[in-house]
Amino acid sequence: MSEFCHRQAAHCESGVVSAMLSHHGLPISEPMAFGLASALSFAYLPFVKIGGMPLIAYRMPPRWIIRKASKRLGVRFASKTFRNQKRGMAALDRLLDEGRVVGLQTSVFWLPYFPDEMRFHFNAHNLLVYGREGDDYLISDPVFEAPVRCPAADLQRARFAKGALAAKGLLYYPVHVPQEIDYASKVPAAIRLNEKIMAHAPFRVLGVRGIRYLADNLIRTSRRRDARKRLPLYLAHIVRMQEEIGTGGAGFRFLYASFLQESAEKLDSQALADAATALTAAGDRWREFALAAARVSRKRSDMNIETLADLLRDCSAREAEVWAQLRQWLHSDEVKGNAD
Amino acid sequence: MQRREVPQDAERSTYGGHRKLVYAVDDAGHYTGVQSQGWEAESEATRLAIEEFETLRDEAWLRAHNGLTSPLEVHMYDRRMDVPLLAGASGIWRWRVRRHFDPSRFARLPRRILQRYAEALGLDVATLTRLPARRSRDL
Repeated sequence: MSEFCHRQAAHCESGVVSAMLSHHGLPISEPMAFGLASALSFAYLPFVKIGGMPLIAYRMPPRWIIRKASKRLGVRFASKTFRNQKRGMAALDRLLDEGRVVGLQTSVFWLPYFPDEMRFHFNAHNLLVYGREGDDYLISDPVFEAPVRCPAADLQRARFAKGALAAKGLLYYPVHVPQEIDYASKVPAAIRLNEKIMAHAPFRVLGVRGIRYLADNLIRTSRRRDARKRLPLYLAHIVRMQEEIGTGGAGFRFLYASFLQESAEKLDSQALADAATALTAAGDRWREFALAAARVSRKRSDMNIETLADLLRDCSAREAEVWAQLRQWLHSDEVKGNAD
Repeated sequence: MQRREVPQDAERSTYGGHRKLVYAVDDAGHYTGVQSQGWEAESEATRLAIEEFETLRDEAWLRAHNGLTSPLEVHMYDRRMDVPLLAGASGIWRWRVRRHFDPSRFARLPRRILQRYAEALGLDVATLTRLPARRSRDL
């Protein structure tokens, strides 16, 4: 097998899929991996609490990308979790000795190479291990510019951290990788599923309706009795969910727009190119919202909450429009006959 | 987002000198990955979250110093955890974790329980049972 080549990505899971498949002879970009997995979403989940705040997700839950991308592309992964930590480490060593590149799910907090300010408790980070040198593991962490190293004891702690989304030492590697992708059928199938997720979600806290729900919720929060204390923290929380958690900007909107653009080129489709441009514009509105929200949170701006909420409603309307365009494309002659 | 609009706010960045990849379009409208040194909006939000944990820790430290809570609560916030997180990481129910904030109960805990907290917090038992020096963060 050829020498492993590190490539930086915006998001850990799509980055791992892209790097791993490319390494095994199926070149695929990060946006393409993300898009083919139909991973874009929006969800406001009030009962999943993070530091007392609701979970706000801009993509499908952890492990979705690996599962969906491999299913759609016909890739087969072997994966294994461990009860016994020693065995989990030994299994990793064995695979590395065979010359494999191994994917791991880990906690972020216990990885010493993360800058202190980026260390929070999130158990569903993904990274690749491509070798070992003395006590150090050689790691290709997709969100970093260059390969990094991690001592064995720290890696073990990161793999076996307990709690929500606990990895239980999960490791995975591909056992079968096809050598090409039939874009003409896979892209429409992926977009069709994503259209369902965003435009036809069964609950009003999901999809484009969920974005409006968040806007309303923002206003409700501003009327709470403890708003003075809670509102700044809540705004900061939203911004972090949108920008900090490896999203490639604007809560994965730019990443998905890049996928639409790449697909437009592959399929020579003007409709997809237009949808990419429209989603980019929606992404720009998200960035505008984040900047304004951060300033309000720090009391460096006196923009009122109503205006802030309107920005979100505009994001929702723009995205609804993008999915309407894509739905039209799915029903056009360009797609018919190619569907999966 | 245009390529030249990709923020490079290195000064107050929370990336610790690293650069993150974001996706932006060039002049021809073509998407590329662009490295960013930091963004004001993001770093402000991150800082606020970190400061919140530091405030909680300092408040807990004072209370622990006055015998009103156990060192466990101080260590918990020091590791950027809250009660649900610590409960998950140690496998001890939330209401029990809260009870263990009582200094006299905490002092009587068997080593077996202390060991579980120590492991979840990445400390040894001796450090766990001691109140750290003020504002220490031994990561």
